[in-house]
Formats: sequence, structure tokens, C-alpha cells
Amino acid sequence: MGNKIEVLDLNAGFGSTHVLKNISINIPKNRVTAIIGPSGCGKSTFVRCLNRIHELVPSAWVNGRVLLDGKNIYDSDVDPVDIRRRVGMVFQKPNPFPAMSIYDNIAYGPKIHGMKAKLDEIVEDSLRKAALWDEVKHRLKDSPLSLSGGQQQRLCIARALAVEPEVILFDEPCSALDPVATAKIEDLILELKENYTIVIVTHNMQQAARIADFTAFFLMGELIEYGETAQIFENPRDKRTEDYITGRFG
Amino acid sequence: MKLRVPSFSILNGKSWKFTHDTLFQIFLGVISIISVIVLAALLLRELIKGSWPALSTFGLEFLFSTAWNPVTGEFGALPFIYGTIVSSMLALLIGVPLSLGIAVYLTEIASSRVRAILSPVVELLAAIPSVIIGLWGIFVLAPFVREHLAPPLMNYLGFLPLFKGPAYGYSVLTAGLVLAIMIIPIISSVSREAILAVPSLQKEGALALGATRFETIISVVLPYAKGAIFGAVMLGLGRAIGETMAVTMVIGNNPQIFTSLLHPGYTMAAVIANEFTEATDDVYLAALIEIGLVLFAISMVVNIIARVITWKYLKLEEGLS
Ligand SMILES: Nc1ncnc2c1ncn2[C@@H]1O[C@H](COP(=O)(O)OP(=O)(O)OP(=O)(O)O)[C@@H](O)[C@H]1O
Ligand SMILES: [Mg+2]
Repeated sequence: MGNKIEVLDLNAGFGSTHVLKNISINIPKNRVTAIIGPSGCGKSTFVRCLNRIHELVPSAWVNGRVLLDGKNIYDSDVDPVDIRRRVGMVFQKPNPFPAMSIYDNIAYGPKIHGMKAKLDEIVEDSLRKAALWDEVKHRLKDSPLSLSGGQQQRLCIARALAVEPEVILFDEPCSALDPVATAKIEDLILELKENYTIVIVTHNMQQAARIADFTAFFLMGELIEYGETAQIFENPRDKRTEDYITGRFG
Repeated sequence: MKLRVPSFSILNGKSWKFTHDTLFQIFLGVISIISVIVLAALLLRELIKGSWPALSTFGLEFLFSTAWNPVTGEFGALPFIYGTIVSSMLALLIGVPLSLGIAVYLTEIASSRVRAILSPVVELLAAIPSVIIGLWGIFVLAPFVREHLAPPLMNYLGFLPLFKGPAYGYSVLTAGLVLAIMIIPIISSVSREAILAVPSLQKEGALALGATRFETIISVVLPYAKGAIFGAVMLGLGRAIGETMAVTMVIGNNPQIFTSLLHPGYTMAAVIANEFTEATDDVYLAALIEIGLVLFAISMVVNIIARVITWKYLKLEEGLS
């Protein structure tokens, strides 16, 4: 097992706002890495730097290196479109495409990448991996808006899986969901780590403890502490980490 | 742009509760509905009364007759209905792709500096009086169509009845072009608002799958905004159907139906404006007013269709949030 992603001296922000300060962190392959920290500390900005979505905001800037399998994704010969296919993302709020059917939501990614053969198989396979197949197999032509919030989020996970990414970034994927739907997504993430490298931002400390192998604690744009989840929660080395996980601030 | 379906929510939450707000809402609702209906009814009454001599003489035949001969007293509206429909459709055919291109360019592609300069310029087009556009049509566009646009069309597409010569400068094609220019500001600015209203979460959803910016615009942004864009197109169509001055200056004002777009034609609005002062006998005048009635009806139908479809899309979008 090696590192899938190595971040070296990453700085990022918006205009004159300096959000991420000298972040260096290794993200191991086929493991779940959780990012925790108080609101506004830069968790979303951090994961959005890992698939080059951050730079789409007009005022955004970034420097430093992010190595994906040893290759810097910010090198000038790298196509951001290719990076975004390899590093998928699931957002805080489910964002299915309302003008497409459930089927087309999943098939969209494979289609634009020229995977036109066996589309039916890809759709079924992705929906099965996202534990949604049985709930939607009879209504693939329906609007995704006819699904519940939790189902919509699993649809978005299936949609991300359909383009065969190597890494999946989850930015608070459960914050809009009830506990039952949340438990389903957590189970799913644990299954997915067999084949994918996973980074999950969460506000929910129990969630990080339940599913993450490693946990990183961010505070005001800095990486304060990073280690195995058990160590971070049971034995934090930094006073600020301890304060945060025991709920003394944030 | 946030189009809202007017809602008369008497039911606030689950229980029947009349608050001052809901009463006020009902009051305003009733007032506005009544005033609109009264206004429309008065207008309709006037139109029907004025056109009665023609209505009673020609009946339904009026709509399907191509005769327009004030001297012999024969009147039919078909050439005008045809001219209005063809010139408006032509305007949409040319104007909609251009407007969408402008809207997409200004929202998604142009740098903020280009956008700051270009968007007011496009909107300024709407402020040009139509008689000025008509003059430009006479001096610039009509000669251009006759000498530079029609010849290649006749050469390459002349086998189609639509592009058969000879070419006139004052033609349905010229009118369609003028109308296209006139509807671009409204369609592009409303579409621009619609595209701006597409949540960035939708765009990022597509981009995060490895879609290019172009793929994102075509398959996610425009479909998401299609309800409002459709509304914009209908607004443009309404404008094109009703436009009078600029059209009458360039269309050639010939009450005949030619399949060729290079030939002159006439529209409903244009004939009313042109011939109203000359209409000395009762039936002639009534025939013109009846054309007004038909124009009114067609505009109403276009608007109603537009409303119904935009409502449908709005409901769809509301389901998302
Ligand atoms: N589009 C933007 N333009 C300018 N500043 C932004 C933008 N997005 C975020 N920021 C700022 O960047 C900082 C980090 O934001 P970020 O969204 O990364 O925080 P976060 O840790 O994900 O917070 P949360 O837990 O609330 O999601 C915040 O101070 C925020 O105000
Ligand atoms: Mg966030």
C-alpha cells in the first residue's frame, strides 16, 4: 500500500483571502481519510484542490504540488478535465441533473468519455455499487427528482462511479440526510474503499470515527494534526485537536 | 430571473388560517384578475364591434381567402397571416441561435471586462426606435440582401421553392432579418439571466465527472435553464408578431402569397398601420379591424402556450429545492 495522493506545500485562496496555508499531507491508497475541522477552516477548499475544481471560481488561486500517483496534477502538461475524471466528487447537497432521467444521469459521464458500448451494464453496475439498483431498476426512465434526498445522493455516488475514478472526494455527503440514509452512505463508503481511495469531509465526529482509517484536523487553513483515526480521537497530540474533538470549541 | 407562479395560498401550512397577509393577497389577486379580464373584454368588444361589417359579410372565409381588393370590395386575411407567421418564424430561426450564443458567451466564456462592455451594448439594441431600424433596413439591409445575400441563396438553394428568384430587396427574408435583430436583445438578456440562475452546483457536478466546459453548457446548463429560455423565445416571438414599423418598411407590402422568401410579402400589423387611413368605406375598415382581431387572438394563443409551458418547467425546478 502506498500513497495515492501526496500534497506538498499547498497554498490556496480567493483573491486576497489566503485560505489554505502550507498544507502537506499524504493520502494512502484504498483507505478512507477524513478531514475534520470547524466551519470555514478550508476543508472544502482543500478537497476541491485535489480535483482542480477549486480553480473554476473566478478569483481562486492555488500553488504548491498535488501528486497523483507521483505526477503533479498542476503541471502545465496535465489536462484538468482528465484529472476530474480520475478524481470524482460527491457534493454536500445532492445535485442530480433534473433534465435527465435516472438512467441518463449515470450514463452521462461514460458517454462524454466515449464509453458508449455496454452502457446498460455500466449503469446497472454503478447503481449496484451505490446500493441503489433495487430501488430504481423499475423506474430508470423517471426523473431523478422523484427520488428521496438519500436516494438522490446515492444516485450522485453512482454517477461518480460510472466514469471509473480512482479517487472519490466526499464533501459532507450526509449533511442533508437523515440517520438511516446516512448509515447507508457510510456502509457504502466502507465497501468502496476496497477499490477506491476515499477522502471525506465531515462535521460529524462519530462519522469520522466510524469510517475513516486516517483523520486530518484542519484549523484556520492549517493542518494541525494528521494520523490514524484511533490515535486522533483517543490520543491527540495537539491541544487544539483535543479541544475540538471534545467539543470545547468549533 | 425568478419567474414565479402567482400563488393564492389561502392554506398557510396545514390549518386554515386567515391572516391579514392572505386576505391582502386575495384582495390584490381578485383586483388584478378582474381588471385584466375587464380590459381584455373591452378590447375584444371594440374589435368585434368594429369588425362586424366584415365578420358578417365574409364569415370564416375571411381567414382563408387570399383576395385583397379594396376596389372590388373583396377581403381575405390569409396573405397577412401567412406573412406574419413566416417572417416571425424566420426571425426565430435566425435570432434564437444567435441570442443563445450571445447569452452563453457572455455568461460562461467572456472575461469580466468583455462582459462589462458587451452586455450593455446588446441591451442597447432594444432601445433603438424601430423606425430607425427600418431606415437602416431600407438603406443598408435591403440592398445587401438583393445584391449579396440573395444571389448565393438562389445559386445554391434555388432548387427549393423558398429561394426562387428573382430577388427583391424588400422581401420576407429582409423582414425576417430585421425582426431577428430586434428580438435578439430580449431573448439574449432573458436567457442570460436564466443561465446565470443555474446553480454552480449543477455545473460543478458535470465538471467533476470530467466534462469539458462546452459539454457542461450543452448538456447541463442549457437543459436546466430551458424553461426560462423557452419563455424568452416566446417573448421574442410576441415581439416579432406584433412589430409593425420596421417590418412595413422592408417587407415590400404586397398582399400576395409567394413561397419564395426573396419575394415581397405583407404582415397583419403592417397592413393595419399602412391602410387604416385610406380605408374609406365601412367594409374595408371593418376588414382591417378584423385583421386586428386575428392578430390579437394569435398573440393571446402564443402567450398562453408560453405561460403553460413555463409553469410546467417552473414546477419541475421547484422540485429540486
Ligand atoms: N467563492 C468564494 N469566494 C471567496 N471566499 C470563499 C469562497 N468560498 C469559500 N470562501 C472562503 O474560504 C474559506 C474556507 O471556506 P471552505 O468552504 O473551504 O470552508 P469549509 O471548511 O469547507 O467550511 P464548512 O464546514 O462550512 O463547509 C472561508 O473563509 C470562506 O469564507
Ligand atoms: Mg465545506
